[in-house]
Amino acid sequence: MSGGLLSDPKRRVLVVAALAIMTFTGSFGWLWDGAALGQDDVDGQQIRGVMEVIEDEERRPVEGVEMIVSADGVEIGRVRSDASGEWSVQVPEAGTYQVRLEVDTLPAGVQLTDPERVELSAVQVREGQRKTVRFSLGPGFTKSLSTLESLSNLVVLGLRLGAIIALSSVGLSLLYSISGMFNFAHGELVTLGAMLAYLLSTSPGGPQWHLAAAVFPTMLMAGCIGGLMEFGLWRPLRRRKTGVVGLTLVSIGFSLFLRYLLLLIFGQSPKPYKNFNIQDPIEFLTVSTPPKNLFIIGLAVLLLLGGGMLLRYTRIGTAIRAVADNRELAESSGIDVHHVFLVTWIVGTALTALGGVFLGIGESVEWDMGFKLLLLIFAGMVLGGIGTTFGAMVGGFAIGFLVEISTYWVDVQFKTAIGLGVLVLMLLFRPQGLMGLRGRIG
Amino acid sequence: MDWLEITVDSLRGSVSLVAAAYALSSIGLNLQFGSAGLLNFGHVASMLVGAYGMAIVVDLGGPLLLGVLVGVAAAALLGWLWGITTLRLRADYLTVVTLSFGEILRFLIRSNWANPFTKSVYGIQRFADEFYDWNPIPDGDYGFEIASNPIRFSERQLWVMSVCWGLAILATLLFRSLMRSPWGRTVKAVREDEDAARSLGKNVYLYKQQALIIGSVIGALGGILLGIETQNVYPDFYIPLVTINAFAIVILGGAGSVWGPMAASIIYWFLFEWLDGVINSAMTEGYFGLLFEPADSGRIRTVLLGIGLVCLMVFRPQGLFGRRREVILGGT
Repeated sequence: MSGGLLSDPKRRVLVVAALAIMTFTGSFGWLWDGAALGQDDVDGQQIRGVMEVIEDEERRPVEGVEMIVSADGVEIGRVRSDASGEWSVQVPEAGTYQVRLEVDTLPAGVQLTDPERVELSAVQVREGQRKTVRFSLGPGFTKSLSTLESLSNLVVLGLRLGAIIALSSVGLSLLYSISGMFNFAHGELVTLGAMLAYLLSTSPGGPQWHLAAAVFPTMLMAGCIGGLMEFGLWRPLRRRKTGVVGLTLVSIGFSLFLRYLLLLIFGQSPKPYKNFNIQDPIEFLTVSTPPKNLFIIGLAVLLLLGGGMLLRYTRIGTAIRAVADNRELAESSGIDVHHVFLVTWIVGTALTALGGVFLGIGESVEWDMGFKLLLLIFAGMVLGGIGTTFGAMVGGFAIGFLVEISTYWVDVQFKTAIGLGVLVLMLLFRPQGLMGLRGRIG
Repeated sequence: MDWLEITVDSLRGSVSLVAAAYALSSIGLNLQFGSAGLLNFGHVASMLVGAYGMAIVVDLGGPLLLGVLVGVAAAALLGWLWGITTLRLRADYLTVVTLSFGEILRFLIRSNWANPFTKSVYGIQRFADEFYDWNPIPDGDYGFEIASNPIRFSERQLWVMSVCWGLAILATLLFRSLMRSPWGRTVKAVREDEDAARSLGKNVYLYKQQALIIGSVIGALGGILLGIETQNVYPDFYIPLVTINAFAIVILGGAGSVWGPMAASIIYWFLFEWLDGVINSAMTEGYFGLLFEPADSGRIRTVLLGIGLVCLMVFRPQGLFGRRREVILGGT
């Protein structure tokens, strides 16, 4: 995969340098954008927003929706949106606030596009800032759903989350099998992918491409960043024969560094992409879902199949599997282990970044989205069998599916806990996972 | 920028209760990670169950001492649970499971379902009045000044600080005698070569399990004192970052070293406060221009913590006081 473009060391350096410069200048565009927003100061600070439904490029204000602003559980104020859909609440001081939308007050035919986002839990307000928050509303089916309908919608959501987890876990699983290390910074690669795509498509400081056009450059950039990390950090550490424990600790330090760096650049509030944000649901049988979900699932399955083929039938795939099986033996039979690592990093990071873009499309882009997903990725890996890449894919799908379906019976706030509970139960009763081998665990 | 003021403030921070509580808590982690080689990424969970165990008991009307006992027992139970789920598996499962346990616990106490006991996101407040009633130190302001920059503590602060530093010293002495005992030598042998220890007839599983439980209990004591000082426990304090702070302290002090965690905690919190002071005053004086907002100062510090941890692991894995030969972090 990297053979042509990256084989010549000089070209390799050039490509990496170009990407580094692009990323760097891009993030400054972002920062300036954020700073410019701070200029919009008035006396006192407030949280405000506009309630509107965007349907076929047409904006329709929604009146009378109740909003509740609170700080650490203490209610600061509640208002209803006016005839133009606008609302605002004065807040006493700079700080973190929660904004909740009373779903019951939404008029018939209007719904949150993401029913889970009824509350924004960390709205940061600066001194004197007029902070705009956004709830995305869409023309919804307000008829109450039957059990079958809600379950089948959850199935689609579950497959979507499963697809995202599976895509993101391939890189982690491959790296684990060749290096024996859990890369705790892997979640940040998910976030990185989502943010690179945000930079290219939505950020006012970026080139403002359509998101679909931004996906491939995102994967390319992420792949190069992955390669850069292998070059700059992991390869030197391997040369020094740092043990697995040391590598794991480095990865957790690195994850902290990367996560908070992304937070500094991107800011705390979640932001949606400008494209694929609101879509009319398509309906078939008992399912009603925006088409983007089906696209995500389909594309992910195709890519995973492709990745599997690559691993099974190509030379580099065979080499990766050989290194995973026995590194010394592979090395002594002439396989360039460093090259295998590099390719694995590039491909793994690119796929992970795509997982991040999908997660961003499904929900929104947020600084700790990847870290939250990481625990579910781990759960998927353990469920499928640690160290088996196909297992990780299957396990990822299964975990996503289980977690989403469980929300039918269990409160949404337990979502991640359910995934982690599955992980613990699996370790107790079938530690080798669904597809693993007993010999690998002890 | 007033360097002297920042430095004196940081000196104050380096002996404060936070430093003491982290020193105590890190001794527990040092036992698990430094001595037994168990990579516990959910150390924060020990602190959580300790603090919450105490707070819930007091909140339901029990005496504080009973609360402390419940907290400690819960931490021991947690250590045992970690053990039975992972110790029969390969070592790296422990990292994933412990990290997950911590997050599961945080989600649970945060949920509405647990609200009758944990008060969800609001947390529990004012549960340690009894502790301050025991305070033998007369009311007043204790301390001194360095070039008119005060380092002062109230009698309350001094009381909880002395208890916590006292416990940290006791825990260190316990750690030292454990490590000099046959038990400690076996644990180290297990860390170095599990198979060799097993072939000598040692029950490797049992030793690891004991290290997990003892470490978890010491960690919980740190969490309990941190809770007593703030009189406030709430779920979102107990994020994985707390564990990483503790790891940074253990590694800085030298994994497995006896006085390492205490010394490193003092140094670590000095650096922490110092960076905080420097970043904040640079921000108020406008050195960063429009680049950062005030809320960013903690984030910048965390970014630096991440870089620091990576550099420490790469360039000095044995920390300040550790012996290279003894440190499991590898490297040649």
